[in-house]
Amino acid sequence: MIKKTCLSIAIALLYLGNVSAESVFVTLENDNALAVVDPIAGKLIKTIPIGQRPRGIAISPDYKYLYIATSDDNTIKVIDTVSFKELGHLPSGKDPETFALNPAGNRVYVSNEDDSLVTVIDVPTKKAIKQIKVGVEPEGITVSPDNRWLVSASETTNMVHWIDTKTNTIVENSLVDPRPRAVSFTADSQQLWVSSEMAGSVMVLDANKQQLLKTIKFEISGVTADKIQPVGVVIDKQRHHAYVALGPANRVAVINAQTFEVEKILLVGQRVWNLAFSPDQKRLYTTNGTSNDISIIDLDSQTVTKSIAVGTYPWGVAVKP
Amino acid sequence: MNLVHYWRAMSGIIGRELWRFITQRERFISALVRPLIWLFVFAAGFRAALGLAITPPYETYILYEVYITPGLIGMIQLFNGMQSSLSMVYDREMGSMRILMVCPLPRWFLLLSKLLAGTFVSILQVYVFLAIAWFYDIHAPWQGYLWVLPTLILSGLMLGALGLLLSSFIKQLENFAGVMNFVIFPMFFMSTALYPLWKMKESSALLAKLAEYNPFSQAVELIRFALYGQFDQHAFFYTLSAFIVFMAAAIVGYNPSKGMMSKKGGG
Repeated sequence: MIKKTCLSIAIALLYLGNVSAESVFVTLENDNALAVVDPIAGKLIKTIPIGQRPRGIAISPDYKYLYIATSDDNTIKVIDTVSFKELGHLPSGKDPETFALNPAGNRVYVSNEDDSLVTVIDVPTKKAIKQIKVGVEPEGITVSPDNRWLVSASETTNMVHWIDTKTNTIVENSLVDPRPRAVSFTADSQQLWVSSEMAGSVMVLDANKQQLLKTIKFEISGVTADKIQPVGVVIDKQRHHAYVALGPANRVAVINAQTFEVEKILLVGQRVWNLAFSPDQKRLYTTNGTSNDISIIDLDSQTVTKSIAVGTYPWGVAVKP
Repeated sequence: MNLVHYWRAMSGIIGRELWRFITQRERFISALVRPLIWLFVFAAGFRAALGLAITPPYETYILYEVYITPGLIGMIQLFNGMQSSLSMVYDREMGSMRILMVCPLPRWFLLLSKLLAGTFVSILQVYVFLAIAWFYDIHAPWQGYLWVLPTLILSGLMLGALGLLLSSFIKQLENFAGVMNFVIFPMFFMSTALYPLWKMKESSALLAKLAEYNPFSQAVELIRFALYGQFDQHAFFYTLSAFIVFMAAAIVGYNPSKGMMSKKGGG
């Protein structure tokens, strides 16, 4: 009887443990490694060598695979999220940095900065099926949740290119503020948010008309305007709030996604670039490039609860429930 | 003498101090204005100065305002401790000290009651200050506001005992300026109230050492950790020991046959 009870408690604990376990994966550009963090315990679990200069990272919709752009290996590696074994690699082209996965998880779109190209890769066959000519220095890239649009932002041309995912051709171009860095769709695919590093702004575009809805600017007391360089931008599913990483301003801006007002500025680590939600969207994780840590933001209270040292130059972040 | 007498004397002394504090509105306001000016003016200027390292009890990057808040709480208690010692000198000059000292209860008990009275006043000031700081976006976890209460009693007693000890040396009110220059300022500036120890080490190892041994630093650290629901054992024992030493010395100081009082010609 006692044995049975103990066993059931053990199973229940194991089950609970599995439920609460959430893993945050962070690419460490300088350490050539991947950091695995338990955000609930607030601890770095382990660091795994992953390849030369890992930057962009994405997780498959079924959370089984990680895709990591190892820039100096000129490839995107496919990694098992449990064993961390390398399962293969994708022909990304030279020096891959940012890329996007489509909602089905069977296409990867890579920005080839030096060649002004976007490479379309078929994931099951691991083959490049098309290269799309875009503006100079393509960087930010994303696919709309309804899979209609692929958007690529060109840093030097100051443009976002609207690419039809069916034909893989550019349908429309929109001029944006100087040096666009990141692009992100709202969950309903109705809006595209574009951060502009040099202008220190975020532009919100209507995805149906490809027209500007609003330009959001940032002001932080005690921080000079030149330090405000927006990069990562994410919007919650309900479109209540958007969060923007402000680079060397060391802060994340909280924006009301309905009124486009900046509601709050949160202090995080240095040179914050990329952001990722927890699967339940209760937390936000930030990579702080030069302070070598990630910060955890509790979204209910909108406060930074913890910063965890992960390794040198944390770059990209992906989360597995 | 039974407990009722002790209680009556203590409540009388505490009641008098609280009454004096509440009726002196200027004193209440000025006690708050000082730390608030530091918070709104001084700290605002140094906003970005600390966003570089994470030290316990903090778990993430903080603004300078957040860092100096426990230091300013310490400042409130330090000034309050000195102010009550000032009032002791005043009482002695005005003769009301005589009434207190002829009370047929042990001297240490009367002095402790006086100390507790001053500490309660300082705690009132601290909570009002924390409430204002809350609206300035300086938030601690709610448990911290409870945990900090016992530490405030200890730190208030320690700083009050120091004030009491000093007041036994001071014969006239005019000499109080010396206390400001030689005690309050060095204690406040040579502490972790305004800058963390690691920052001080960068500029002067000696200064960092002095700050480390400064009991005011330890009181501030005790408050800082408690405000974030943590217990700093080292700071606790250091503050407690400092309190015992200051209190014992003050009791001796106020002893008419042995202490400073005899040298000064009584109270």
